[in-house]
Amino acid sequence: MTAKHRSWLGMALIGTALALAPIVVGASLGNAWVRVLDFAALYIMLALGLNIVVGFAGLLDLGYIAFYAVGAYLYALLASPHFGIHWPVWAVLPLGALVAGIFGVLLGAPTLRLRGDYLAIVTLGFGEIIRIFLNNLNTPVNITNGPKGIARIDAISLFGQPLSKSVDFLGITFSGVMLYYYLFVVLALGIVFVGIRLQDSRIGRAWVAIREDEVAAKACGINTRNVKLLAFAMGATFGGVSGGLFAGFQEFVSPESFGLMESIMVLCMVVLGGMGHIPGVILGGLMLTVLPEAFRHGAGPMQQAVFGKVLLDPEALRMLLFGLALIAVMLYRPAGLWPEPRHRRELAK
Amino acid sequence: MDIFLQQIINGLTLGSIYALVALGYTMVYGILGLINFAHGEVVMIGALSSLTVIRLLADSGLPGPVVVLIGLLAAALVCMALGFTIERVAYRPLRNAPRLAPLITAIGVSIVLQQLAMLTWGRSYHSVPALLPAATHEVLGATFTEVQVIIVAVAALTMAGLMLLVNRTRLGRAMRATAENPAIAGLMGVDANRIISLTFVIGSALAALAGVLVAANYGIAHYHMGFILGLKAFTAAVLGGIGNLAGAVVGGVLLGVIEALGAGYIGDLTGGVLGSHYQDVFAFFVLIVVLIFRPSGLMGEKVSERA
Amino acid sequence: MTVLLEARGVTKHFGGVQALKEVSLTIRQGEIYGLIGPNGAGKTTFFNVLTGLYPRDGGEISFGGETLRLASPHEVAKAGIARTFQNIRLFANMTARENVMVGRHVRTRAGVVGAVFRDRRTRDEEAALRRRADELLRYVGIEHRADDVARHLAYGDQRRLEIARALATDPKLLALDEPAAGMNATETASLKSLIEGLRADGLTVLLIEHDVRLVMGLCDRVAVLDYGEKIAEDVPISVQRNPKVIEAYLGGSA
Repeated sequence: MTAKHRSWLGMALIGTALALAPIVVGASLGNAWVRVLDFAALYIMLALGLNIVVGFAGLLDLGYIAFYAVGAYLYALLASPHFGIHWPVWAVLPLGALVAGIFGVLLGAPTLRLRGDYLAIVTLGFGEIIRIFLNNLNTPVNITNGPKGIARIDAISLFGQPLSKSVDFLGITFSGVMLYYYLFVVLALGIVFVGIRLQDSRIGRAWVAIREDEVAAKACGINTRNVKLLAFAMGATFGGVSGGLFAGFQEFVSPESFGLMESIMVLCMVVLGGMGHIPGVILGGLMLTVLPEAFRHGAGPMQQAVFGKVLLDPEALRMLLFGLALIAVMLYRPAGLWPEPRHRRELAK
Repeated sequence: MDIFLQQIINGLTLGSIYALVALGYTMVYGILGLINFAHGEVVMIGALSSLTVIRLLADSGLPGPVVVLIGLLAAALVCMALGFTIERVAYRPLRNAPRLAPLITAIGVSIVLQQLAMLTWGRSYHSVPALLPAATHEVLGATFTEVQVIIVAVAALTMAGLMLLVNRTRLGRAMRATAENPAIAGLMGVDANRIISLTFVIGSALAALAGVLVAANYGIAHYHMGFILGLKAFTAAVLGGIGNLAGAVVGGVLLGVIEALGAGYIGDLTGGVLGSHYQDVFAFFVLIVVLIFRPSGLMGEKVSERA
Repeated sequence: MTVLLEARGVTKHFGGVQALKEVSLTIRQGEIYGLIGPNGAGKTTFFNVLTGLYPRDGGEISFGGETLRLASPHEVAKAGIARTFQNIRLFANMTARENVMVGRHVRTRAGVVGAVFRDRRTRDEEAALRRRADELLRYVGIEHRADDVARHLAYGDQRRLEIARALATDPKLLALDEPAAGMNATETASLKSLIEGLRADGLTVLLIEHDVRLVMGLCDRVAVLDYGEKIAEDVPISVQRNPKVIEAYLGGSA
């Protein structure tokens, strides 16, 4: 078998596993867990978008969730009874991507001269500003409906089929969460593909060059301002798409979903997985969505079994362990759980 | 005019608390070049642990200010121990790691502290017993409370003390030398690790004081209070020029006043379109404007890109 | 000989310190031009001003007959001035080949769309880029390290890689900031023949160097800076005998 055959075989296996996953998970663990997989796919898309900004270009963005919010609210406003507008998903998603991309450039432009830590704080500020506006733009004109959020958003529907309703196919009943799963996985694969192609290109190399040494990158003729803005725009675009999907999937958005903690969560997926390494980032996204969920389900009953009662609030315990895990992973694997091979080689020495 | 004066008074009170917290950020940044993201949570722990002690002693018959003082001392001890531990566990092992690693551990520490606080003190808002003299006075149509006077006075005295410590003592000289160049300071016989630990301990003591003062100012404390306070204090430090002690003080006071004036006037300025709930936007807006036009802050030295 | 670069009255100050005082010099097409002077004389500052890293406070620079405005570094690179750095600045976690490929950024065009869809033009460009990078690695003699990460290269090889990366921008003028710093005698000798080869291939070289023997043996003409001022500009042999230069060096070291 040649290397090419082997890689085709690998892809076929991964494809089959991805296709069967919701059926198996749905049958064994129930639809709630398929829903977790849906969220995992959404977060992986977000993390891959942030990976372009943080992992490739080395720009520490702590307000990334703002672009997710922009995509989500745009979808909510253009496909819900709030304004009585009901645009179809194929119109809203690309628009969401575009608008989020523009926001990426607008928010990125003023921060370009800043060094790492400062950039982090300013982007964090931008993220909070967007959230505060979402919270308060219900007066004097009601645009965002304030803290109450926007409800009854149209479900995503493809080819006349709303993904929220189940479909029978080949004798299997595909529930709404399964249909969403397939859509999200296809789009996530698309984003993986774009990420891989970008990484191994003139633009991708320019991003990494800026991350490695900005002055030298300039001296090589890279227009660092434009190339950084491009990273912000690309990352934001992915965020906008994920946001639109999130709004259509949840059929509800509110400012609460777009707090700093969400930005941090996505950043942790990137850093814990392995910055700049796409498989690592996917692993990070998957772990940080599935493990806390498993913990949420398991912690209460487990305490019940061991101590006879629930001693610690499972939610607090989950966050506590999350915090400790962040510290532990960084102390023992500062380059992440699955870093780029060339970094790994370095660590092995 | 009376709104103006009133907001200046409120701004000064808030600003002196920001300044205390900002000093903690700026000292650590000056020495390690690191944003101690968990500093805001140390303030929160300070506020809540002082509250616990104060409640225990509330019925002891001791005079109010004495009870507060004991609470403050207890909080300071807790926070100093905390600051010391945070540096040892989460930052020291990562001194030569990739730039993002200590930031992530800092975030981890914040989360851990917040959750521990929630498990210890619960999710509810705790009201702080009014043990300090709360009489109000009026000047030119603006009112101020004695608590506010105490806050500003205590903060000012503490900061003056810190300046003396850093600029006049042997320890201060060692701190400045370490900030300048740890390796050379080491050659001169300064134990850099000890100085760094001390910096965290001193910063945490200031954070404890700030926690007690902020609880006294608002009369309320809860496990979630540290984050936004920390963020604003960091903004203040950047505004003044991070790494610069006087800058942190100026930045803190300035930010407090800007915020108070902004909250007081935003309704009038925008014809009622934006209300005072946009108060938090000001801090970030100021931060962004400063960083874009004067990235080194108001009192920071201009650093040019090294080629 | 045609003039390639002409600087007239270039001035730069940092706060109150006058780092460059009205420095004027002319570099001719095809020569190796040395810039020497005691430590802190302003040599690297001149490089940084020339390549757009520092904005200059006064004076004019014309290059290839055209005025170089207050340009940013990437525009300078595009105009045809490439440089290396005193304290080697490579993209440490990229391979040697990737480093050189980045150097070619300014002469290539592929954008995001091309990267994602890999159309014919992008593929061709990428293939040509790889070939050119490998050629340049061979030219500086480190083709066997093409797939190694830059920071794993030996010191001398890192210097060579930095030169290859600079050459990838297709420069008309190559500015080398102390290329022999930290090299032993053998490495310096082979560096010398590399630079001579560059000249033989028609490139103009501007060289900052501390190794006086290297400068004297290599350069066609030399300018001497002292306290930000040009105190001499001539062929090496005359510069060596110039009393002002001797004074500057002895005064500087005393």
